[in-house]
Amino acid sequence: MTAEHTAPATRQRRTPAPPPVTLIGMPKFPKNAKKELRNEQLRNNLRHATTTIREKRVRVVEELPHWEQLRLAGEAIKNRTLRHLDSYLLQLEESLTRNGAIVHWANDADEANQIVIDITRAKGADEVVKVKSMATQEIDLNEALEEAGIAAWETDLAELIVQLGHDRPSHILVPAIHRNRSEVREIFLEEMGRYGTPPPDGLTDDPAMLAGAARVHLRNKFLRAKVAVSGANFAIAETGTLVVVESEGNGRMCLTLPDTLISIVGIEKTLPTFADLEVFLQLLPRSSTAERMNPYTSMWSGVQEGDGPQEVHVVLVDNGRTNVLADEVGRQALRCIRCSACLNICPVYERVGGHAYGSVYPGPIGAILTPQLRGIGSEVDQSLPYASSLCGACFEVCPVRINIPEVLVHLRNKVVESHGVTAEGMVMKGGSWVMAKGRNLALAQRGSKLAGRIMPGEVIGPIPIPGPAAGWTDARDLPKPPSQTFRDWWVKHHEEPQS
Amino acid sequence: MSAPIGTVALFATCINDTLFPETPKAVVRLLERLGCRVDFPLQQSCCGQMFTNTGYFKEAMPSVRNYVDTFERYDYVVGPSGSCIGSVRDQHPMLAERLGDQALQRRVEAIVAKTYDLSEFLVDVLGVTDVGAYFPHTVTYHPTCHSLRVTKVGDRPYRLMQAVRGLTLVELSGADQCCGFGGTFSVKNSDTSVAMGTDKVRNVLDTGAEYIVTGDNSCLMHIGGLLSREKSGVRPIHLAEILARTEADYADSKGHSEAAVTR
Repeated sequence: MTAEHTAPATRQRRTPAPPPVTLIGMPKFPKNAKKELRNEQLRNNLRHATTTIREKRVRVVEELPHWEQLRLAGEAIKNRTLRHLDSYLLQLEESLTRNGAIVHWANDADEANQIVIDITRAKGADEVVKVKSMATQEIDLNEALEEAGIAAWETDLAELIVQLGHDRPSHILVPAIHRNRSEVREIFLEEMGRYGTPPPDGLTDDPAMLAGAARVHLRNKFLRAKVAVSGANFAIAETGTLVVVESEGNGRMCLTLPDTLISIVGIEKTLPTFADLEVFLQLLPRSSTAERMNPYTSMWSGVQEGDGPQEVHVVLVDNGRTNVLADEVGRQALRCIRCSACLNICPVYERVGGHAYGSVYPGPIGAILTPQLRGIGSEVDQSLPYASSLCGACFEVCPVRINIPEVLVHLRNKVVESHGVTAEGMVMKGGSWVMAKGRNLALAQRGSKLAGRIMPGEVIGPIPIPGPAAGWTDARDLPKPPSQTFRDWWVKHHEEPQS
Repeated sequence: MSAPIGTVALFATCINDTLFPETPKAVVRLLERLGCRVDFPLQQSCCGQMFTNTGYFKEAMPSVRNYVDTFERYDYVVGPSGSCIGSVRDQHPMLAERLGDQALQRRVEAIVAKTYDLSEFLVDVLGVTDVGAYFPHTVTYHPTCHSLRVTKVGDRPYRLMQAVRGLTLVELSGADQCCGFGGTFSVKNSDTSVAMGTDKVRNVLDTGAEYIVTGDNSCLMHIGGLLSREKSGVRPIHLAEILARTEADYADSKGHSEAAVTR
């Protein structure tokens, strides 16, 4: 999402147009949140979906007596990988190459997109089928392909709903979480026929019937496609194996049917050894879909003659990751395995949804990952570290123990340090002086005591002057300050000579 | 009750000192009743959490230094706030480390080890759960995120409340979900904060309790502010104020006692 892509007016788009997203002028989180909070339907959909998956997750996690050890192991393996990422990446390249795969290195989104465009054109293809992938969303691959005249078809059911709905994903794992089934039905009826096989007559909002319509719609695309694009959940340096875990089998179709397979892999997806999967294939499904094991786990190590894709490309993408790695506190965000447990547990996410974050990665992980990947230059990226009440529930559920509140506070400090003099900064400086000594605080309390003496009533109601006070009192009363502080009471009762 | 221990320093916290003096007063009454000698060093101010959590690390440092200067001569520091105590334990070491001041780091580490939330001090140090309290009311308890996940007070508040005579504790649905206060989050993201608080308040009202109890007056100010705006009649109260009350308070003029626990 580095720039707004607009197809030339002369050429018809091949795929449904998503809403344009530009970082410049993207409103900051509180403004986006205010808009989303008004959407009653969205809040109901989200509450229902996140509550259900949260409860399921607790049940499958409690089944494992050694869950905490698994989390510690996951954290340790990822930390070791990140510490020696340079050598593991070279080992991964060597193993992949030995297996017959072609390895590409991409510094940024544009480089990665160009590599995919060039390969697809070289194969004489004008369309690709896609396995759900966060990395390709991060680099906005679909729109880059569209601009190059190549149609990218999402084949994950929820991604299909999002794509056909001219929409953006709002969740890492369930990108259409903000939609309910009657909305899905409308999208299918309206859009499916324009881009391929139309839905059957008499389509209802019965989930099985909706899934059946998607199955038929996608089948043609699977059988026709010459090129598939995927991400990878894990890339094993030791064996040169890529791993994709999924639930619908669409991934398996993409990974086995087309003759050419291009996988876009963030460099932090590397794992040292095949044995490390033992830990992550326990952590990931239980944390993400709350399943003991996901239905489809596909692994491929380069090219096998006469079986599956005969040309395998792997694009290793940095796109800001080495900058994150350079930050001693922030780098733990690179441990993320994109399970989305932190989204499902987050009370902020539950109420505002994924779109409010203005970021491919929403929720708590998005609030720490996106400002690090993109930098804190824009208003929205500066607001993301503040999009949390620091309740800490995300840290508790994270399967690789990312201390999200710690990174949020660290990034808030970076945002503050990046500013010059601000009104808030002046207030904080004043507050800092007040809190430096007990006698300074006592001096400041003269004001609160005076207010307590002269103000009428028990509480302070709405304050009509814009600012933080109005932000509080719009919906909440403030207690009237007492005319005697505890400090005064103590001096009166304990420090003065008793009579 | 266990043997009396040395002097306990009360860390009232700036918000209690300024806005909710009944809470630290209750702590003094309670601890003195349990045989402690309580001191309130007047030099104290704030844990600095408001600065730290908003990203103003430099501005938090005077609070950190003042905390160390004020309290390092005591054996025990006790505060009626899971959040402020959590900030001392979790953030003061981080801030001192970032500053690269090793001497301060050592002093901070030493004081962190003797800093307690009230519920921890009662249960772990004094070894009591029945503090001799009497509170003939129906209450529900919101555990507050920092008490739960940073200070990790666990089930101590529940055990303390269950031993209070006359008290009926009603379970709060969605108890472990954040109320939406979050310090400066409550004004920087006030719409989201209020949306979260509104859901918390609905759960509180569903319990039918007379009082909503927490171990943190900051969260309580947010929940109570919403309850007050809705004219709900449910009253916010800090755990310390319940634990401090005895039959004797009710033997006095009833009206006077009721006024003392009303905000």
